Amino acid sequence: MSDILRPLIVGAGPAGIRAAQTLVGAGIRPIVVDEAPSGGGQIYRQRIVPDERSPQDLYGSEAAKATALHETFAQIRDRIDYLPETLVWNVRDKAADVATGNRTRRIDFSHLILATGATDRVLPFHGWTTPGVFTLGGSQIALKSQGCAIGEQVVFLGSGPLLYLVAWQYVKAGAGVAAVLDTAPFSAKFHLLRGLLAQPAVVLRGFRYAAELMARGVPVHFGVQPVRIEGKARVEGIVWRERGKERRLACDAVGYGFALRSETQLGDLAGCRFIFDARDRAWRPECDMAGRTSVPGIYIAGDGAGIAGADAAELAGERVGLILLEDAGFSVDRTRISVLERRLAAIHRFRDVLEAAFPFPDPWAGSIADDVTLCRCEEISVGHVRAAVRDQGVFELNRLKALTRVGMGRCQGRMCGSAAAEVLATACNQSLDSVGRLRAQPPIKPLPLEIAADGEAA
Amino acid sequence: MSPTLLRDVAIIGGGLVGSSAALALRRMGFSVVLLDKGFCGAQASGVNYGGVRRQGRPPEQIALSQRAHAIWPRLNEIIGIDGEFVRSGHLKLARTEVEMASLEAYAARVAELGLDLELIGSNQLRERFPWIAGNVTGASLCPGDGHANPRLVSAAFAHAARLAGADVLEHTPVSHVEKAPDGFYLSAGSATQIKAQFVINSAGAWAGPFAEAFGEPVPLNRIYPSMIVTEPLNVFMDVNIGAEGGGIYARQVERGNCIVGGMRGEPLAASDFSRPTGSGAVTIMNRAAALFPPLRHAYAIRFWSGTEGEMADRNPVIGFSRTTPNLIHAFGFSGAGFQIAPGVGEVLAELVRDGESRTPIQAFAIDRFARTAQSSRAGSVPEPIKRETAQ
Amino acid sequence: MALLKRLARQKLPPIAFTLNGQACSGRAGDTVLTALLTQVDCLRLSDFSHEPRAGFCQMGACQDCWILTAEGKRIRACNTVLEPGMNLRTIAEPRS
Repeated sequence: MSDILRPLIVGAGPAGIRAAQTLVGAGIRPIVVDEAPSGGGQIYRQRIVPDERSPQDLYGSEAAKATALHETFAQIRDRIDYLPETLVWNVRDKAADVATGNRTRRIDFSHLILATGATDRVLPFHGWTTPGVFTLGGSQIALKSQGCAIGEQVVFLGSGPLLYLVAWQYVKAGAGVAAVLDTAPFSAKFHLLRGLLAQPAVVLRGFRYAAELMARGVPVHFGVQPVRIEGKARVEGIVWRERGKERRLACDAVGYGFALRSETQLGDLAGCRFIFDARDRAWRPECDMAGRTSVPGIYIAGDGAGIAGADAAELAGERVGLILLEDAGFSVDRTRISVLERRLAAIHRFRDVLEAAFPFPDPWAGSIADDVTLCRCEEISVGHVRAAVRDQGVFELNRLKALTRVGMGRCQGRMCGSAAAEVLATACNQSLDSVGRLRAQPPIKPLPLEIAADGEAA
Repeated sequence: MSPTLLRDVAIIGGGLVGSSAALALRRMGFSVVLLDKGFCGAQASGVNYGGVRRQGRPPEQIALSQRAHAIWPRLNEIIGIDGEFVRSGHLKLARTEVEMASLEAYAARVAELGLDLELIGSNQLRERFPWIAGNVTGASLCPGDGHANPRLVSAAFAHAARLAGADVLEHTPVSHVEKAPDGFYLSAGSATQIKAQFVINSAGAWAGPFAEAFGEPVPLNRIYPSMIVTEPLNVFMDVNIGAEGGGIYARQVERGNCIVGGMRGEPLAASDFSRPTGSGAVTIMNRAAALFPPLRHAYAIRFWSGTEGEMADRNPVIGFSRTTPNLIHAFGFSGAGFQIAPGVGEVLAELVRDGESRTPIQAFAIDRFARTAQSSRAGSVPEPIKRETAQ
Repeated sequence: MALLKRLARQKLPPIAFTLNGQACSGRAGDTVLTALLTQVDCLRLSDFSHEPRAGFCQMGACQDCWILTAEGKRIRACNTVLEPGMNLRTIAEPRS
């Protein structure tokens, strides 16, 4: 049976590694493709070379999980076909085009597990393209993987659990944190009390981060509306609005983000049906409780199937591995699947609490100024989008892209897609789901023209 | 049930042909409804390569092409935007002596038709276009040709038609059309009923069933020309590039992206959309990097493909139905419709108003296939004359 | 002036490279992005408004940190590992 199974796993983060481990356990040899040089994903990203820091320094309370995941991956390393620093840039039928450096080749697969994770959801405001402004995820990578702070006086801004985690990690590492600016009102945090029963450790850890930040004298502001970054060549300060008043703080870097957005391009190229996830305010591939998409043989696990975090990704990775095996005719441990599903269900309930505690800054799309750059690749402004609605009656995202170039540049809408949908929906007075989503196009990331094809591509 | 819409002309298909016809008809004072199953200009008209090219067309298309040629520089006044139209010239490369001879023969055939072609030898080519590498034997330059942005032009024609008073009904697929003694009756979308004196079938790759419904089956195939787009680069490519014998075509837009095509994509399952194949895209990327040294280190940032209707003889169908009075066909542009479409729109409007056009279109009559089928029923479908597509 | 501030990994072996013709040094395990942004505060000018950019997501998603090698090759700085002898250039000239 195993000689005909050739599953391809895209992504070697918590979901991808646990899925691979599960398949290996059944004697299957999966192919694991990952863009990073080593496994762990963004959350448990490894250093390129070892340094003086301990796992505790790097991953804090999650050190044991990170270490376990890395160890697992090392253990199965010779029982999988692992392609690091490799991009899956196209999927069609039962084949994927994968590029490593300057070479591309086609990989035929029997099953596909997409464990592509997520990136920061960012919303533009004045000055968001200024050198020194990074995403929260980027700020964290600079610290964990590179041992660098993004500046000496850093402001963290946005909404989401990552806001406090990254600020706390910076403080612990000895970096200067000038302030934490939370776009949600303080009252939103009372929702976390509801989560105390469901996930007490997570909630208490969050409280600890906030308490330690304040104890170390880091000002935390709530109900903040970002106004602009000051400085042309680099960040010199940030201006925000709080309780009707404009406030300013000098700083040399800003890390910001508003929760995460799923990476869904490959599911789209594979022909998966999409549904609108109201909690994530985004379209994503539809999948059942087990991670099966609408396309037989294609599965999703982790944040790529809706944002649920690293713990859920590990559980979902294992579950999707078991489900794949079961679908392929193996007998699997149903009890284990039930356990995984119960834990996942609990995390998903808790996600609702987190969403209430760290809400999307809702009047953002209506209040953002016309002259703010929306698409940082093509440099298209918010006003340009509104003009397309006003003058040309645009009410759909791909049409908007065709007429304005929003989302057409190098990043393929990863950075501006969420914001463009919000601005468009508000401008044409439609619901967010009704404006649709940007259709994925290969290559999902830039490819060199001189790339050499080893055999036929898909 | 909504009341029946009474219009002089109902146009099926809001591509560039249908949209420009709608606009021209409105300017003549006709009432018009323009119907599209999706967004206007979202198929071949909006996602083609963007070549605005007369060079290389068969002689029977040149009069129509010249008529369109006069429209392109006036887009701003007609549709309110210039559509990024650039009169860059179109340079058709020959890579062998045989291909060069073919370019020379073509230049001789169309010498009297006003294309002002200039044949260029290899030395001069290197001097004037130093960014072209490789074994290029020579080229033919049509200085008046150029390129434009199909995404913008097609949508803008439909938008201008709407502003001029046409009813533009998008996401309104026509499900039924029939001729009664007092006119055509159409059902479209969920509840739209239309009665019109004229029907124009400009449904592109989807035009076949409408022609067939009136007893005029045509050999209409679908093709999927596919392109790659580079990141924005310093501008070096100052002319629209084609190649005798096909295989590559390329242009660079003012913002710096190069658009390169030459291979075909594949349809997506159960969809009106198509996608380039990975292998086709890589082939084009490699060819572009080899032919244009400034592209050597460039990256492709996206691919696209469109669905186009292709006739067996590579000529479109344009003109009155032979079975049904007041039915006019205009489809099957075979990957070369973008440049001539605005001219076709004017021709269609003349057909409605005058029953004839001042531009000769006999070569595009729909019954040419019936004639061929009768005279040589055993004969095979004619081979395409050239592999080149979608310029 | 530098954007990034090193807090750790200071004692790792230095890696020599060239940036815009100047001799520079990074640390073993640096990405090109880290090696550059601990020296300068701009990687490239944006394509259309020619405003300074210095990366954003650091995980290969935003495509904002493309720079050049002396040979004209393009490198996405955030997911390219610094190697000894790299000859790197920021994109300091507006695109023509």
